[in-house]
Amino acid sequence: MKIQTKINGHLREDEVEPRLLLVHYLRDVAGLTGTHIGCETSLCGACTVLLNGEAVKSCTLFAVQADGGEITTIEALGNHEKLHPLQEGFWEEHGLQCGFCTPGMILAAYQLLCRNPHPSREEIRKGLEGNLCRCTGYQHIVKAIEYAAQKIGSPDA
Amino acid sequence: MPSTILGKRIKRKEDPRLIQGRGHYVDDIKLDGMLHMAFARSIHAHARIKSVNVAAARSSPGVVDVITGEEIKGKLGLVPCAAGIEGLKVPDHPCLATGKVCYVGEPIAAVVATDRYLARDAADKIEVDYEPLPVVTDPEKALQAGSTVIHPELGDNVAFVARLEGGDWKAVESDSSLKVIKQRLINQRLAPASMETRGVVAHYSPGEETLTVWSSTQIPHILKTQLALMLGIDEPHCRVIAPEVGGGFGSKLNLYGEEGVACYASRKLGKPVKWIESRRENLLATVHGRDQINDVEVYVQPDGKVVGLKCWIIADLGAYHQLLTPAIPTLTALMILGCYHIKNVFVETKGVFTNKMATDAYRGAGRPEATYVIERVMDMVARELNMDAADLRMKNFPSPDEFPLDLPTGVTYDTANYQKTLKRLLKISGYSRLRKEQEKLRKQGKYLGLGLSTYVEICAMGPSSRMPAGGWEFGAVKVEPTGKVMVLSGTSPHGQGEETTFAQIAADVLGIPFDDVTVYHGDTFQVPMGIGTFGSRTTAVGGTAIHNAAMQIRKKMARIASHKLGVKPGELIFSEGKIHTRDGAKSMGFAEVAAEAIFAKQLPEGIEPGLAAHSFFEPSNYTFPFGAHLAVTEVDAETGEIKLRNYYAVDDCGRVINPMLVDGQIHGGLAQGIGQALWESHVYDENGQLMTGTLMDYAVPKAHQFPWFETETMETKTPINPLGAKGVGEAGTIGSTPAIVNAVVDALRPLGVRHLDMPLQPEKVWRILKQHATA
Ligand code: FES
Ligand code: FES
Repeated sequence: MKIQTKINGHLREDEVEPRLLLVHYLRDVAGLTGTHIGCETSLCGACTVLLNGEAVKSCTLFAVQADGGEITTIEALGNHEKLHPLQEGFWEEHGLQCGFCTPGMILAAYQLLCRNPHPSREEIRKGLEGNLCRCTGYQHIVKAIEYAAQKIGSPDA
Repeated sequence: MPSTILGKRIKRKEDPRLIQGRGHYVDDIKLDGMLHMAFARSIHAHARIKSVNVAAARSSPGVVDVITGEEIKGKLGLVPCAAGIEGLKVPDHPCLATGKVCYVGEPIAAVVATDRYLARDAADKIEVDYEPLPVVTDPEKALQAGSTVIHPELGDNVAFVARLEGGDWKAVESDSSLKVIKQRLINQRLAPASMETRGVVAHYSPGEETLTVWSSTQIPHILKTQLALMLGIDEPHCRVIAPEVGGGFGSKLNLYGEEGVACYASRKLGKPVKWIESRRENLLATVHGRDQINDVEVYVQPDGKVVGLKCWIIADLGAYHQLLTPAIPTLTALMILGCYHIKNVFVETKGVFTNKMATDAYRGAGRPEATYVIERVMDMVARELNMDAADLRMKNFPSPDEFPLDLPTGVTYDTANYQKTLKRLLKISGYSRLRKEQEKLRKQGKYLGLGLSTYVEICAMGPSSRMPAGGWEFGAVKVEPTGKVMVLSGTSPHGQGEETTFAQIAADVLGIPFDDVTVYHGDTFQVPMGIGTFGSRTTAVGGTAIHNAAMQIRKKMARIASHKLGVKPGELIFSEGKIHTRDGAKSMGFAEVAAEAIFAKQLPEGIEPGLAAHSFFEPSNYTFPFGAHLAVTEVDAETGEIKLRNYYAVDDCGRVINPMLVDGQIHGGLAQGIGQALWESHVYDENGQLMTGTLMDYAVPKAHQFPWFETETMETKTPINPLGAKGVGEAGTIGSTPAIVNAVVDALRPLGVRHLDMPLQPEKVWRILKQHATA
């Protein structure tokens, strides 16, 4: 099947199998391997991306379901010259160890901050319900997101 | 001169690539012509294989080859076990089963296809005709006469029996003034569940006859040796690369059959072959952790002094040995006395085969089990004697001036001050205030519990004499003509942030900016030798090798600079990128001296050109980090729900190189240790079917389940290495599990609850509450 997507600002058209998962489309067809696979069953959140501005687990969708959609992956959230405040926060506050859950965490946190720019620690923890991290014990992730919330909220951001 | 960079909170070097999604894990590797592999696995826990029919799989679209156990017989070596235990029985463990299967998930055949979906489709078409055999999943039943024997050629299901004994038991047993307290404790089976599953890309290049393997591993160098042996390839033709690794926790300190089969397939087909484990496979067929039954008996004086401890360990090893399977429970025996100077010890460890996946290293590897036993028991003793749990512990600690301390278990603890960490813990947690609150709440019928755990662990593994395949570590430092520094390590960190720690160590010795140091690890063609990352050894052993190599560089540069500057080498100081006299009157840039060394125009006599050095650091002993933890829990009397209200931890891991990374290690460890106490359990039914085969059923903890961890570190340096660092990777896991259980049991003390087995799920607690309410 033919699908059209806009990934990280670039339009593309691809011929895909109907059963191809969105996450495999992003990784294997579009070559964006920053989106990870931790379970393929919508339980870990490692594959979280933004589809039309909403955080989705890209292993729960088929590529064809993203036809006509706009997708943002971790690769386009910031860049080396200007990291996104969330990326900065994860770096500053040691919000990652092995880094495998990190792209998904950051995009889930992105959505969280869109909905609630000043979340409490409790709200951050609840907001990460769908994302597992086996390394950090989450505390530094919470701090990283607090850092980003503050940075985004401050006038010089 | 006090160090300016060691002990500093420095942001990680590895993060920029990872937060941008630009790191490369195994599944991110794509090679021309790469094929994909999938496995057909046993659906029975114990069965004879009557036939394996691969015809339908072979004709399935995209399939290039199907490989069976019969095919690889004699062509691909067995899965190795490195544990050296006297009298150990080692069953044959082929990479693909032939004749019979012994656990659910055992690989039977592999499909190689042009695409991962097609490989999976074809693997599902493999038909295996089984003749089911009786299944044994309970290790105690496996020990009974008449039990089905999993490996009949070995006689029975006992893989080994090891005894460890010290002290004067005659005297203890004849002392009628001693109180004896007995308890059975269960350390349930766990899944390491790193977020990245296992994976491998094997690339055999036919003309060159070289094998390059990317594997999600903690031990690339050991893997290289073992793969070369299994495949019969000359070792110098074999290269293993651990790319970015998404967590391991011991589960990737191994060599798995799938790795062997991927290499075999690549060599056979002359094409790169990739295998990526699914989460279901990861829960089924990546090693599990813990799974011990501990029957413990302690002998106590009326004043609370514990004088003897006996423990009978039944370790459920699963069906086959993986790399270190039988060695893990022997670490439990070694550390069973915890941080108490108990003069008499007896431990019998029985390793038992069952129809389950192998157990092996999982964060803590044998020591969490030991700590759980001794810390639960200390609480029971305190209760029996009506003493406060903290006082009882203080009473049994050796005093700091008794170190190095020889234990009757045969180990020598390096340095410690257990009193100091416990006192600090009691202070920061407001322990006596909490006890008062508890008393008040009890009067209102509310259940608040305080759980202490004071632990010691065995780390920095270890002296080669005590390790199966060498316990040293390799480190190298090279200065480039531009003055930038490259560091190589034989360790293989996978989230610990050692690129940062190692750079701090090298920058400190050489007096150069942190940013001028780049660290590499994980590639056996780049790093000549190495052991790997496990057993909280990476900083203490691997970091020391780098420190020692950097010291050689410094010595050489000092001689070259002194020659140029006309001073004695000993007068020179390395700081801020310069090599200078104390008064600064004479000075050369670090890069300038590097260029002198490498361009070699005017070297002092007897000095070789070049600027690279390496070191193999062999530790003379293990190190023994320690700490004190306190959990505060509330138990809901209506629902049995447990709320972990507060968690305090004071840890002493020796010299701290980067406090932020130490904190991160502690937090992650706590999450796993608390996870064992409260939620995690890897469960098989009596037919050997895994009941917890998805992340829906296996409870990897989530963010909202934890309180804010209040952590502090103290520093009692070890004399075992020049850094004074002891290791911290496993401390949180080891300390926290008993603290939680002690807290919940303490909460329920008014109901007469003496012990509860993990995990403390609400339903279990609720049943207890009901029982006691009606009693
Ligand atoms: S890979 Fe999609 S949620 Fe785990
Ligand atoms: S950093 Fe390793 S899983 Fe989160």
